[in-house]
Order: sequence, then structure tokens, then C-alpha cells
Amino acid sequence: MNIKVQNLTKKFNNYLAVNNINFTLEKSKTLGLLGPNGCGKTTSIGMMLGLITPSSGVVLIDNQNVDSTNRNDLLSRMNFASPYIELPKKLTVRQNLEVYGRLYGVKDLKNRITEISEDLNLNNFLNKNTGELSSGQKNRVSLAKSLINKPDILFLDEPTASLDPDIGDFVREYIETYKSKNKITILLASHNMKEVERLCDTIIMMKEGQIVDRGTCKDIISRHGRDNLEDTFLKIARSKNEMA
Amino acid sequence: MRWHKIYGLSLRHIYLIRNSFPRILDLIYWPSVQVFLWGFISEFFTVSSSYYNNTVGVILTAAILYDFLFRSSISYNMMFLEEIWSRNFTNLFIAPIKISEIIAALTMTAIFRTLIGLVPAVLVAIPLFGVSIFKLGIPLIFLLIALYIFGITLGLLVTAGLLRFGPSFENIAWASLFFLAPLGCIYYPIEILPNALQIIAKGLPLVHIFEEMRNILINQTVNISEIIKSILISIIYFILGVVVFYVSYYGAKKKGTLINIGE
Repeated sequence: MNIKVQNLTKKFNNYLAVNNINFTLEKSKTLGLLGPNGCGKTTSIGMMLGLITPSSGVVLIDNQNVDSTNRNDLLSRMNFASPYIELPKKLTVRQNLEVYGRLYGVKDLKNRITEISEDLNLNNFLNKNTGELSSGQKNRVSLAKSLINKPDILFLDEPTASLDPDIGDFVREYIETYKSKNKITILLASHNMKEVERLCDTIIMMKEGQIVDRGTCKDIISRHGRDNLEDTFLKIARSKNEMA
Repeated sequence: MRWHKIYGLSLRHIYLIRNSFPRILDLIYWPSVQVFLWGFISEFFTVSSSYYNNTVGVILTAAILYDFLFRSSISYNMMFLEEIWSRNFTNLFIAPIKISEIIAALTMTAIFRTLIGLVPAVLVAIPLFGVSIFKLGIPLIFLLIALYIFGITLGLLVTAGLLRFGPSFENIAWASLFFLAPLGCIYYPIEILPNALQIIAKGLPLVHIFEEMRNILINQTVNISEIIKSILISIIYFILGVVVFYVSYYGAKKKGTLINIGE
């Protein structure tokens, strides 16, 4: 599946959250969406997931409008993980995976839960309430939920935020392996520049609702005359708007 | 509509209840307290009022039926609020479920929650006060249907408000039923209301339901047209509730509240 974002704009009253952005995310590629807080990343992801109605422009998933009557068919082949949204805390990990497996119409759900639990090391706390888990464990459960339906497109919003380096590395390693094994299309929003460099084929830099730069990490770093993506990010975030 | 999705969403709430004994206790506790309170009041009126003379339990039956309405509406709201409190809202709305499937799942699960609370209360009233709502006979089923449809309609309207305005609408959820209770003529006949309010009250199904309940218990007759009227009015309100829910959903999508409602 691919994503085409065309002239996408979102205005909340008088505030322009996303200003006429355009990009294409090719099948099996990983695109990093970068930018300072409030630059429009979450709003853009919300529109791509069909949670927010654009003021103008369209999001096409495999050439179908995400807001069309096919929305549910498209959603069944997509998923999303973010540390800022949670799963019901009073349900066990297994129950949450079962509920979402059913909502996504996963076939042979029992085996899928076993498989993903083994992959993400969830077995030790599968029968524990989700609210009782550490942030590292919750994060892996959230990732398991987002992969329960074996999505063709995965949206990840800061997948390793607030994780210790060890678990953060485990998650990144897992995403990397999963991606190469399953040829999945990923849109990753992150503030961790090393993570972006490791996982993304191309990146988009956003600022004040607009795309201010795009390309591979290497290209962008050299274009801005910096040594690494972190410094490049800082330069772009602190400079005046430059349109891509 | 796909049943496995409706079942999946219902399962989320069934697990929630099953995993928590305090939740079950809370569901049972309030209807039982109502039965005790209104049971004693009912006994007092039975011996002291000519209107209720020789008609044991009219008030208690009304209290139980009103509680059924109250519980079905609150159950509906609670299930939606649970999604907000657990910050699970975004996960739910990016899952491939139709709005009609969400409404269906909440409607079906609300009856489950309602019955957990009400069945013990109904059973307690029989030995304790000699009052059984089953004395209403077959019409009881239709009165409960009318009450349930109206209860979930109120729930639907409140959840539409939660969807559109966020958790700040929560207080309305708790107060919603008390707005209508005085006009519902639950414990008194409609003639008690001033003429102007009687006209408004007749537009609600509650008046027809509770008037018919009293008619059956006091006059021992069944007025089928009143029962049909109560169900039809409830269905009209339900359709209106569904429309309002859809409007709120699209409004929330435009406003962007679906992605950060729990925050």
C-alpha cells in the first residue's frame, strides 16, 4: 500500500495547523515525519488515519480517499501505535489483544496472539492488567496491538518515547526486522534522530504546518552543512521558514 | 454490520466488568438501595393513601422501572466514558468499525450491565416487600422495551455530547435523567402537572409507560394503544439520537477531538 498526500490543509478556526502539504510514501518504504512540537505532525497523521477531516486536500491510500465509504476496508489494513494513547488499563494484555484482534477481524486470533507475544516478549505479563505494566512493557503491548492485524501500513508516533536505551533498542531492532520481513509501509513520527536515521528511507521536515525540507537523511544533513540529523533538526527548527 | 466486531467491542466491556468485583458490586448496590428506600415509602403510602389503597407496590414497581431506565442510560454513558478515561478513544476510532457497529455494541452491552444491577433488586423486592414487577404480566416486556429504547436514546444523546465537546460534558451525563424525571410522571399521575407541562410530558414515552403501569396495577386492565404509543415515541427519539450521534461524530472529526479526547 502507498500513501499520497495532496494539498492537505487543516485549519482550526483561525489557526492553520497544516498548510498545503504534499508527499508520497511508496509501498514498503519508511518515511520519517519530523518537526518541533506543534508543527502539525499529529494533525497530519490524524488526517491520514481518517480521524480528522481535512479543510482541503486529500489523503489517498492505494488511490482511495481515506474518508471514502471504503474507510473501514482501508483501516483494516492499517494500524497505529503511540505512547500518548493507551489500551484499557483494567483489561489484561491478552484480553486487549483479543478485543482488538476481533475488531480488526483477525483470523486464527489465538495463534496470532501467541505469535506476537513471543516476538515481543509479552508472555511473562500476558495475563496481567495492562494498567499494572511498566512503560516499557506498555509500549511493547501497544506495538503488539498495532501489529495484530499484520498491517500493510503502520503509523508510529514516537514509538520509543520514555523508554530506557535497552528497551528502546529492542523496539527499534524489532521494527527494523519486522519491516524487512514483511515489506510493510511505515510512517514514523519521532524526536529521536538516531532512530529516524536507523529506520527511515526518507524524511520530511515540518515546521509551522508546512514541509520545509525533504529527502534522505544523508542529503538533508549535507544540504544544511551539518554532521548529523540532530544538528540539522535544530538548524531547521530555529531558522525562518524555508519551503521545500 | 458485522457481528464479530460488535461482539469484539462488547467483549471489551464484559471483560471490564468480569475483571473487577467492585464494579459488579457497584452495579448491584444502587438498584438494591433504591428497592429498600422505595419499598418502605411504598408500604407507607399503601396504608396511608386512598389512591394506592389495596394496591401494594405501585410506587415500588415504578421505582424499579425507573431504575431500569436510569441504569440503561447510565450504562451507555459509562461505557463511552470508560473509553475516554482509559485514553483508548483513538485506538477505537482507527479500528475498522462503523459507527452503527459502535452503537449496536453499546446498546447490546448496556442491557447486560443493566440486568446485572436490576435482577438482584427485583428478586429482593419479592420476599422483602411482597412486590413483584412480574405482576404486570406480558405488558411488562413491552414496557421494558419502551424504557430501554428511551434509556439508550438518552445515553446516545449524552455520548454524542461527549464526542463533540469532550470530557467536560461528563456532568451532563450524570444529570441527564434528572432533567426529565419530573415530566415523566413516574410516581404520580399526569393530572398533577400543570396543563402546559402535561402537553410537553405527553411527548415523552415515560408518561405513557408509567400511566399504563399504574393502569394495569390499579385498574387491572391493559390499554394496548398506550403501550404501542410509548414504544413508537421511544423509537422516534432513538432515531433522533442516532442522527445526533452521527452529526456529533462528523463534527468531532472536523474539530479534531477524536485524536486527543482523553488528554
